[in-house]
Amino acid sequence: MSANMLPSEFVVNVDHERCRRCKRCILNCGFGVFDFQNMTTADSSKCVACHRCVVFCPEEAITVTQNPLAFRENASWSVGLRKQIWKQAGSSGMILTGMGTDLPWLNIFDHLLIDACQVTNPSIDPLREPMELRTYLGRKPDRLEVSEVGDGEFKLASPVADNIKLDIPIMFSGMSYGSVSLNTHRALAIAAERLGTVMNTGEGGLHKELYPYADHIIVQCASGRFGVHPEYLNAGVAVEIKVGQGAKPGIGGHLPGEKIGQEVSGTRMIPVGTDALSPAPHHDIYSIEDLRQLIYALKEATGYKPISVKIACVHNVAAIASGIARAGADIIYLDGFRGGTGASPAVVRDHVGIPIEIAIAVVDRQLRSEGIRNWVSLIAAGGVRSSADVVKAIALGADAVGIGTAALIAMGCRLCQKCYTGNCSWGIATQRPELVGRLDPEWGAERLVNLVNSWSLEVKEVLGALGVNAIESLRGNRERLRTLGLDEMTADILDVKPAGR
Amino acid sequence: MMIAETEAKRDEAGTATIEADGVYYRVLNERVRALLEDGYDEIVLNGVNGQRYIGDGLSSAARIVINGVPGNDLGAFMNGPTIEVNDNAQDGVGNTMNSGKIIVKGHAGDVVGYGMRGGKIFISGDVGYRVGIHMKSYKEQVPVIVAGGRAGDFFGEYMAGGILVLIGLGSDGQPVAGSYVGTGMHGGTLYVRGEVDDSQLGEEVRVFDLDDGDRALLGRLLTEFTADTGADTEGVVPEDFIKLQPYSHRPYGNMYVY
Amino acid sequence: MQLAFGDGFDKWRVDSSHVPAACGLSGLICQDGRMVGGDVIIESMKVIHDRGNGLGGGFAGYGIYPRHSDSYAIHIMFEDAAGKASCEELLEQSLEVEAAEEIPTRPVPGIVDPPLLWRYFAVPRRELAVAEPDIDDFMVRLVMRINTTVPGTFVFSSGKNMGVFKAVGFAEDVGEFFRLPDYTGYTWIGHGRFPTNTPGWWGGAHPFNILDWAVVHNGEISSYGINKRYLEMFGYECTLLTDTEVMAYLFDLLVRKHGLPLPVACKVLAAPFWKDIDSDEDAREKELYESLRMTYASALVNGPFAVIVGYSRGMLGLNDRIKLRPLVAATMGDTLYVSSEESAIRQVCPRPDRVWAPRAGEPVIGQLKGDA
Repeated sequence: MSANMLPSEFVVNVDHERCRRCKRCILNCGFGVFDFQNMTTADSSKCVACHRCVVFCPEEAITVTQNPLAFRENASWSVGLRKQIWKQAGSSGMILTGMGTDLPWLNIFDHLLIDACQVTNPSIDPLREPMELRTYLGRKPDRLEVSEVGDGEFKLASPVADNIKLDIPIMFSGMSYGSVSLNTHRALAIAAERLGTVMNTGEGGLHKELYPYADHIIVQCASGRFGVHPEYLNAGVAVEIKVGQGAKPGIGGHLPGEKIGQEVSGTRMIPVGTDALSPAPHHDIYSIEDLRQLIYALKEATGYKPISVKIACVHNVAAIASGIARAGADIIYLDGFRGGTGASPAVVRDHVGIPIEIAIAVVDRQLRSEGIRNWVSLIAAGGVRSSADVVKAIALGADAVGIGTAALIAMGCRLCQKCYTGNCSWGIATQRPELVGRLDPEWGAERLVNLVNSWSLEVKEVLGALGVNAIESLRGNRERLRTLGLDEMTADILDVKPAGR
Repeated sequence: MMIAETEAKRDEAGTATIEADGVYYRVLNERVRALLEDGYDEIVLNGVNGQRYIGDGLSSAARIVINGVPGNDLGAFMNGPTIEVNDNAQDGVGNTMNSGKIIVKGHAGDVVGYGMRGGKIFISGDVGYRVGIHMKSYKEQVPVIVAGGRAGDFFGEYMAGGILVLIGLGSDGQPVAGSYVGTGMHGGTLYVRGEVDDSQLGEEVRVFDLDDGDRALLGRLLTEFTADTGADTEGVVPEDFIKLQPYSHRPYGNMYVY
Repeated sequence: MQLAFGDGFDKWRVDSSHVPAACGLSGLICQDGRMVGGDVIIESMKVIHDRGNGLGGGFAGYGIYPRHSDSYAIHIMFEDAAGKASCEELLEQSLEVEAAEEIPTRPVPGIVDPPLLWRYFAVPRRELAVAEPDIDDFMVRLVMRINTTVPGTFVFSSGKNMGVFKAVGFAEDVGEFFRLPDYTGYTWIGHGRFPTNTPGWWGGAHPFNILDWAVVHNGEISSYGINKRYLEMFGYECTLLTDTEVMAYLFDLLVRKHGLPLPVACKVLAAPFWKDIDSDEDAREKELYESLRMTYASALVNGPFAVIVGYSRGMLGLNDRIKLRPLVAATMGDTLYVSSEESAIRQVCPRPDRVWAPRAGEPVIGQLKGDA
């Protein structure tokens, strides 16, 4: 019986007739489920359903099922809630968890439908005609000064500020080296280069080995200032000030000491085995003009690279975003409450923040009503799960989207939500050398490139159906969306009409 | 806006002087960077008042002398230069500084040395709130802040490495440090001269006895500090200091349930 | 709460009651009553230009109307002549208007589309003075009434021998626009705004005023929701979608209405922590602070703030309880300076006698001396 008086969540079954006793399951499991005593034995209480054993058993002899224990049904007291209380009564701590919220909150993407052209407007065939997805991130001028230099010849009189060029409107979200392994970062960097997009270092600094990928990296300056030094600031195409994160708005970060090994320690400049604590706020940003101060300090320190500011989506996100735009940011990264994380208190992950669909819609509308939409590019992130979500996010007003969870799933993640333990059997969210070695960066990069290429093709198909051959014609074009089954108020806030209108 | 012509004059020793009165920070800093690229190893800025971001991101062994009150974020992300301020400084001195030295002959504001990773900051007078937050060290990169006067609350908050010294000159019987000293600290060392009540300390911090290494370090730092800032440290000896360190590297190890 | 500001205002409204007041502040008071021109405060604000973003700037001066020193000096902005007519009618009902004139301005690039800007020097009609127990209370109600019922009209200053001048623009431009160098006063406070909401509206700039109180504020009031509801119980209407409003009303309530001495009122707004109250060795002080916190819990102002408050005979600077916003003070002879940055003070006072940073929750107060 477990100490918490909690039954095992999963049951691991080994079919001993099929089992060939190769012991691969023992080697592969990061959580110590398997052992061998005359035959393969499994301690179900340690299983997290990450499927590593299932996938790697050559005989498919292992099954992992939900423990089919009956609980008396209760619409108010879900089984999950009852388990939380048993856990907490066993130790007076906060429930910690990983990845994005798993509660059945309404998903607005799933209530939006996309238009298509028919009869009254031609659709476009993406396989035979050009279809442009290129996106520039950064500040755009209110107008261009053009001067005449000769007979009918013109030239640009004043230059446009530096922008980041993406071949596709999809980028990799920041995941810190420390919360994920170095091989994961390598895979992301290689993939970003191949795809013509960027990855983001997250708040743990950048390993020296990845500096050659500078043209495809956004370096992050977070509240813990891990790994932030002048070379680092110049090792990317832009610097991102991480103010908040969708999975845990308003609170700081916590990377448990188990994940601070030699290399992570060196990159972050904190002692081996310490917990890496990121304070909740940047302690030099307590008010909007402080943010402006940091933005310009970074600009001065990097020769005026584009500066991105990443915020969690909270209730007054529109006002905050307007302030950030006026503070001199070139890009605003909006992270919705469904975003993932390596570690967060469950109560914050599951109940704090607002969805990215709403946030993008209100921020885009607010900036437009103030006439400053062109001062910043907006990135939408936090639960972007498919190419359909990508299209909808852009139609609501985003310049591009960021994917984190989807990228990890591409590399094997099963969303077991145990990232904070550092025992990730897939070699992603871990620093244990024997586990890290499992993720081959080349293989990982290939999986990522495949995923994003598939989504790009799908986006092009949808654009074709919409009769649009450049992504900027979709951006903020809410007229091409309709709601289905959303209440009127929410539809109003999104400024999207219901299907039928 | 304060935009005006700047004048740089060279003298024999490779020093340039800029009259900064009324010059907007962006113009001033561009000028400084240009002079450094031209090979000057000392730049004197006269008539500074409130210009921000001086010295930010500079990688150089040069020396910048500031006559006047520099604006916020002096020497942020700095990597090597020595900045000497012959007046008070404002907020954000040495923000995420990597290496070099900042000397302020006066007091400094809030958030000195936030995220500092190396180098030294010497302030002859008082410092404000949140000094030395999340300083961090690695191998030979050990950041040091020495403040000659008193400090406000949250001194050394979140400290992960480095050395923070508070001398408390001119405190006149008032508490030398505020509340929440070393709160969230998980690395590094604080030395405070004077009384710090237990109620002022963060939960992660304990008072430890000085050992010979501490005494030698404090002796060296006091000598260097006095020479650089001209502060009157007569009668100040290492024995006067208490040492504060975290008692655990994992201050929040018991906070989570899995 | 319906706002009577006309169509022009609606496009700036966002459904949010949390509007951060990020900015730069500066203030000075000559405690010996010496009068200085408005050019001094403008000069000070220029140095901290980068704390604002040009979408709001404003000043308050005290002692600026010596010829009307016993009358209420009412500054009003009108969107159009119709609103002006309705408003004047309302004023005439209860006040005797001694003088009415356009507020003198000069054209300044960067200050565009000004509303009509008028000032009225008025005293209560005799019958009113008899009927009303408290004329100041009456004036507060009158101002609230005008601001919520007369379309396109906003009273932005209503004290005696003082005035608030504010607009959309950088502080120094606003100061020149209102010709502040032409006035002299013994107290001046200034503000440069960095708004993230209501950016196009002149009324949204600081200082916020009620009677003689003028508040400039840097920070965000995270307790705004409850502060507002607390004030509404006493008849204050929080109409301005900007959190600073509650600061002005709280000072008016605590000091003028409830009679708390100013330093005590500060202990309500920036209340000491329980751990410090519990360990206080002075029994009388301990009891006082305990009672204040119990009684005025809904008036505790939470979140980062630095404020400078002008009032008839003084000026106050105050930080929140953990000093999340900068504030620096200095003295030179009888003059007290308070500002967000030392450089703003040093610009107008290069060699002060003393410069220091006030501690969290500890007010810095300057007062006119007895005979001044």
